[in-house]
Amino acid sequence: MIRVDAILVALVVASALGVVASQHQARKLFVQLEREQTRAHGLEVEWGQLQLEQSTWASHARVEKLARDKLGMRPPIPAQVVVVEPQS
Amino acid sequence: MKNQRTVTFNHNPLLKRDLPVWRPRFVLLALLAGSVTLAGRAFYLQGVNDEFLQAKGESRYARILEVPATRGRITDRNGDILAVSTPVRSIWAIPSDVKLEPADARRLAALLEMNVRELNDKLAGARDFVYLKRQLAPEVAQRIVDLKLPGIHQQQEFRRYYPGGEVMAHMLGFTNVEDKGQEGIELTFEKQLAGRPGARRVIKDRRGQVVEDVEAIRAPRDGEDVTLAMDGKIQYIAWTALRDAMTTHKAKAGAAVVLDVRTGEVLALVNAPTYNPNNRANLTGAQLRNRVFTDTYEPGSVMKPFIVGLALDRGKVKPNTAIDTSPGRMTIGSATISDSHRHGVLTVAEVIQKSSNIGTVKMALQFSPDEMAHLFEQIGFGAPLNMGFPGEASGRVRPPKTWKPIEQATMSYGHGISVSLIQMARGYLAFARDGELVPLSLTKLGTPPTMGRRIYSPQTARDMRAMLEMASAPGGTAPKAQVAGYRVAGKTGTAHKLDGGRYTNRYVSSYVGFAPASNPRLVVAVMIDEPSAGQYFGGTVAAPVFARIVEGSLRTMGVAPDAPLTPLQLARKPGDAPPAIVRESM
Repeated sequence: MIRVDAILVALVVASALGVVASQHQARKLFVQLEREQTRAHGLEVEWGQLQLEQSTWASHARVEKLARDKLGMRPPIPAQVVVVEPQS
Repeated sequence: MKNQRTVTFNHNPLLKRDLPVWRPRFVLLALLAGSVTLAGRAFYLQGVNDEFLQAKGESRYARILEVPATRGRITDRNGDILAVSTPVRSIWAIPSDVKLEPADARRLAALLEMNVRELNDKLAGARDFVYLKRQLAPEVAQRIVDLKLPGIHQQQEFRRYYPGGEVMAHMLGFTNVEDKGQEGIELTFEKQLAGRPGARRVIKDRRGQVVEDVEAIRAPRDGEDVTLAMDGKIQYIAWTALRDAMTTHKAKAGAAVVLDVRTGEVLALVNAPTYNPNNRANLTGAQLRNRVFTDTYEPGSVMKPFIVGLALDRGKVKPNTAIDTSPGRMTIGSATISDSHRHGVLTVAEVIQKSSNIGTVKMALQFSPDEMAHLFEQIGFGAPLNMGFPGEASGRVRPPKTWKPIEQATMSYGHGISVSLIQMARGYLAFARDGELVPLSLTKLGTPPTMGRRIYSPQTARDMRAMLEMASAPGGTAPKAQVAGYRVAGKTGTAHKLDGGRYTNRYVSSYVGFAPASNPRLVVAVMIDEPSAGQYFGGTVAAPVFARIVEGSLRTMGVAPDAPLTPLQLARKPGDAPPAIVRESM
């Protein structure tokens, strides 16, 4: 009888410790998940900012200014335009 | 010591007296009642009415966090970003909690970019809550929080950025400091763009770290992205063309709109003067005004093709019918209308080409006021387009019962009637689309609209296209509308401005047309308000803007030229000498 009791007590203690451990594990994982979610959000924000930066650099006004002033480009005059007819 | 009384406790004389039976029972009952009450109360608190204590307990560790939702992005039809929200922080304070050492105040003021006195003024107010500075960069806000000053707090907000700046300003509009749409697309599509912040309940540990997500009260919903019909390149082309014309002609204002003929999409919409939506200090009403949608003007001769189209459609005239416009003056009632030149006998096509008022009026007076009013209504004049754009103007068409003959006559050449530029541009879709009108769209459409509204027969539309092409050819009113490589068609308008009910010598010059004339792809409408550098005819002021927009846009869209480029160079077969252009570029 005492032996059965001892085994049961041991099982109860083990399961109680198991609950504690898994709860702790769950919380740790959750904190980690939280951190990753925050990071994902942060990255998304950064992506938006990079897109913003990209479109600022690539703004038509800036591209045109660089093309004209720095690269000396200009729209072709009609005499320079070559029309390629599709082959029929 | 003999008479010593022996007193034992069980011989208490009090006990000797018989107590009444009810007394012990009463005490027993009272005790029982007390314990039942306690048990009941305990049961009540823990079983029946348990929310209160649970809430009290939970408030020690549970917190409700707001989960921010981002406002949707606005992109153009090619996916280029036009508006995006990024998080910023606002710093606020509870003045009664704030105890600042002078050194702290100096540091805080420096981070907030204000001087110490300004800061103290803000904190001296009697309010419980005061924003010290809104929309700070997150890094700066973090440094303020790291100062760990009592009573100073931060909150997350969003700020909207518009990389297109003044080029896109009127199309996009802007949001206020709360990230709510105030103007333009931002207001039109507020419902779609706005995100809905979520909330969740969490358990925090002693250090304030979230240890468990209890429940999501509301999932955050990010705003949807909106893809506009607008093409960033065409928008930029239109804006530069308009800006240059504004400078050249010293105009008060100007506007231009570009429509896709096949789909009714609005490809570009520009206004001048404009503003920078990223920095909206010192805005004036004139800068904010979206003249394409909210301003109406008397269109002038741009109106003529609609009337001539009606006459053609009803079989009253043919393109080669002769109309005598001499002597260039005509009296209706007590008023006289006139042409700017004497033209003599003109065909209907030449009436459009030379923009003869007399010729148009002679055609218009063959219709009853009701017939003309019906045409205006069909084209959409006098009623807002209902595109959801804020402040859409309806224009003014008076009820036909009140029209006098002279008014009917002047309306046929665009006076005594007012329209918005977008209405006029849409009207020209009828000519460009073989007689059909389609609803306009601000957003990119997956499939072209099918339900058009027939205004003219296809034959009338084709005839009118040919006439309008003549009008922009040498001999017409707007040879400056011509573009190398493409055939264009369109009509000029030069209208006197009304001021206090009288026509003044200030003008609105406009040009509405489409290209390529052989198979129209674009409708472009340009309006220049009060050009004051000497030139004021639509053909010299507005038509060149039209030409620049059409030339750049069609090239951007990759539309094949339908007119010979002079001198045209054809691609050669492999093995031949390379064309001149290649040699030059090397």
